[in-house]
Amino acid sequence: MITLDVNGNQLVADVADDTPLLWVLRDALKLTGTKFGCGMAQCGACTVQIDGAATRSCTLLVSAAAGRKITTIEHVATDEVGKAVQDAWIAESVAQCGYCQSGQIMSATALLQQNRTPSNAQIDAAMTGNICRCGTYVRIRAAIHRAAAALA
Amino acid sequence: MKNLIRISPGDTRIINPASTGGVNRRDLLKGAGLTLAVVSTGSLLGACSDTPDAQATLVPNQYLRIGPDSKITLISPNTEVGQGAYTGLATLLAEELDADWSQIVIEGAPADVKLYGNPAFGGAMQGTGGSTTIKAYWEPMRKAGASARAMLIGAAAARWDVPAAEITISKGVVSHAGSGRSTIFGELVGDASKLDVPTEVKLKDPQDFVLIGRDTPRVDAREKSSGTALFTQDVQLPDMLVAVVVLPPRFGATVKKFDAAAARAMPNVVNVVQFKGTMREGVAVLATDTWSAKKARDAVKVEWDETNAFVMGSDAIFAQYKALAEKPGLEVRKEGDAAAALANGRRFDATYQFPFLAHAAMEPMNCVVQIRADGCEVWNAEQFHTGDQGVIANMLGLAPEQVKINMLYSGGSFGRRGNAFSDYLADTTAIARADGSGRPVKMVWMREDDMRGGFYRPAYLHALSASVDKDGRISAWQQRIVGQSIIEGTPLAAPGAAFDTSSVEGAHNMPYEIPNLQVELHTTKLGVPILWWRAVGSTHTAYAVEAFIDEIARGTNQDPVELRRSLLARHPRHLAVLNLAAEKASWSTELPKGTARGVALHESFDSVVAEIVEVSQKGNGFKVDRVVCVVDCGIAVNPNIVAMQMESGIVYGLTAVATGLISLQDGRVKESNFHDHPVLRINQMPKVEVHIVPSANPPTGVGEPGTPPIGPAVANAIAQLTGKTVQVLPFSSSDVTIV
Repeated sequence: MITLDVNGNQLVADVADDTPLLWVLRDALKLTGTKFGCGMAQCGACTVQIDGAATRSCTLLVSAAAGRKITTIEHVATDEVGKAVQDAWIAESVAQCGYCQSGQIMSATALLQQNRTPSNAQIDAAMTGNICRCGTYVRIRAAIHRAAAALA
Repeated sequence: MKNLIRISPGDTRIINPASTGGVNRRDLLKGAGLTLAVVSTGSLLGACSDTPDAQATLVPNQYLRIGPDSKITLISPNTEVGQGAYTGLATLLAEELDADWSQIVIEGAPADVKLYGNPAFGGAMQGTGGSTTIKAYWEPMRKAGASARAMLIGAAAARWDVPAAEITISKGVVSHAGSGRSTIFGELVGDASKLDVPTEVKLKDPQDFVLIGRDTPRVDAREKSSGTALFTQDVQLPDMLVAVVVLPPRFGATVKKFDAAAARAMPNVVNVVQFKGTMREGVAVLATDTWSAKKARDAVKVEWDETNAFVMGSDAIFAQYKALAEKPGLEVRKEGDAAAALANGRRFDATYQFPFLAHAAMEPMNCVVQIRADGCEVWNAEQFHTGDQGVIANMLGLAPEQVKINMLYSGGSFGRRGNAFSDYLADTTAIARADGSGRPVKMVWMREDDMRGGFYRPAYLHALSASVDKDGRISAWQQRIVGQSIIEGTPLAAPGAAFDTSSVEGAHNMPYEIPNLQVELHTTKLGVPILWWRAVGSTHTAYAVEAFIDEIARGTNQDPVELRRSLLARHPRHLAVLNLAAEKASWSTELPKGTARGVALHESFDSVVAEIVEVSQKGNGFKVDRVVCVVDCGIAVNPNIVAMQMESGIVYGLTAVATGLISLQDGRVKESNFHDHPVLRINQMPKVEVHIVPSANPPTGVGEPGTPPIGPAVANAIAQLTGKTVQVLPFSSSDVTIV
């Protein structure tokens, strides 16, 4: 049994300590907005925030996440920045298949929480860990700038 | 793209592609002059409940129903893989219905070829592919909307006792100006459902369009920006088991024996089974959760029989292909006498080599199957309903209609989920059958399984020769194409066809006018499972043709755009696209030293696309700075989605030429995951500008045509800088790096 602080709730999961956080979120806690893409922190589909930092949950053991504040896509819009990012994503028509977008939004939110006026280079640096095979990168940049403007 | 899309804050549309109910066909087809159908809806969990008041639901045809709450449910025959099919179809329907955009919800259609056969496939198959959705439903979906509109107007005319011709509908509000009366759809559906469905309806004059050609918000934007869109990966059912599999190390290997003692002893493991689908054998671990299944899968030891396994490596395959290219192949196009004409003038030769390519969709393949006493239920990002339903029914000894398919969102596909052999669905079915518990089974491929599971874009080799006369005109062109056929040997093969056009499309129909022109094909057979991959034959033919044209232009000191123009006199549509691209890209202006432009033009899926890129040298690598894309796709139903698909195709095609590679060593696939199979990332992303040629012609394909030109355009720009065209793809195999 392990207790996790997920989206402001204390949740108990009956899982082995070596289970990656991703599978605890998806299978045990039924928070399926966070996606599986590669299992080796290469694609970013599984990105969540741990204490505010964008983190790949597919390689983070659940034992290492205990006692830390975990935020997932399901909760991100309760934050001012997360809401602005989500709205910008819709306004810019970013999503195509949509499978990677939870991770993209979590990374973008973490970026804007730390830097309200990111340059294109800073956006690229923060978002490089998130692959999109539909190729929505142009709109991701535009949406981050839009969210930044909305937050200004 | 700024300010194109607005969604009102009160937008509470719920899209539920998982709903499985839709129209009950038996009821729908009850009698001619049908007035009412009984409708049932189902949730993802299979719990069924009837619509509260079936009497108050208008179901004029199989594509929609309008409820007493004025909600319009569009039943989409085609799948949403990211290409915008749901939004496009909704635009067609809402346009002729004069509905308000917020009224529309989408539901995935059940597998039923009689009702939902794709008109672009002659109605013979229900499936999504070939960039056909908008082209296929351009008329049927508008007629479906117009029929419903006529019935609503009929009901209002009767109720208000006014002439139908005096009634108007705008944004979901039905009005009669003369009497000042107005109402909404939900108030009329009861009466409307008692009227005959009109046999003929008049469609709008294009100048009256209020949605088509404008930018409606994507119907799936909110779900896909909030983690609530439902993919196969997300399906959770009571008592569901998760299966993770051991796949063969080589294509064609079979299971000799396996030792699962350690796996069975691991926590949450319920069963370990051997399975045989339509295309492969393997061993599956079934557990109550994914990670337990994955860990136990890693502990299974399988001994394989590789007697009939495919053991060639990529080098040997290409050596064989090169030898074949030395010999004449099957003539698929012949004009004049290319062989004779090649003997005169200045000769050019080039051989281009294209590797196997994985689709590598973000969502690795997966599928949920539950076998019950009375049939089978499937949850899948369903791209080929008719084929999958038939394959599964055949495996289980069922009638096709006993296989119920729930169509979910697809986390990309690029062709992978539309497979004549239903490979991964058949595997899942075989696993569920071998398990035998009747519990639902979700088979989940790890990324490595997806990368090494086969069904690649086939490897191809093109050998080209041309001769140029003293005036710089291309007098002869010979192109020999060597590779596997995607369609031969599948149930989709056209009976009696001399050759598979998908092997040569884009080459045997190239628009350039050359007096002596010959295209030949060698169709090879290899034990590597292959499949269509975004833009199919054009993924290699566009590169071969467009790179070779540029090699000739460079070798004869001709401007690449001018040379193409001179060969397109009889193709005004191509010429217009090329000219607009040259204008938008300022083709004839100077660029700074170390920067060059490249152009490519290609027709696929009845659309013509030109792309002009700017590439700059950055250290030892090359940066694609800018892409100007011009597309003629007929009427652009959703210009924003057309732009999205061009952007998407450009990234997909650029990834393929830069680093896309599946290589075989003694039959084993070397690549496994995104660390050794890199794909384009945001830091490599160029600026993209999309321009749509205004057109009054019916819509043509959009999902795929953006992909073919980008590779040769970038190769041609790099060649301007280096003097060399990359001939062995991807660029990374030729020591050319895209940064």
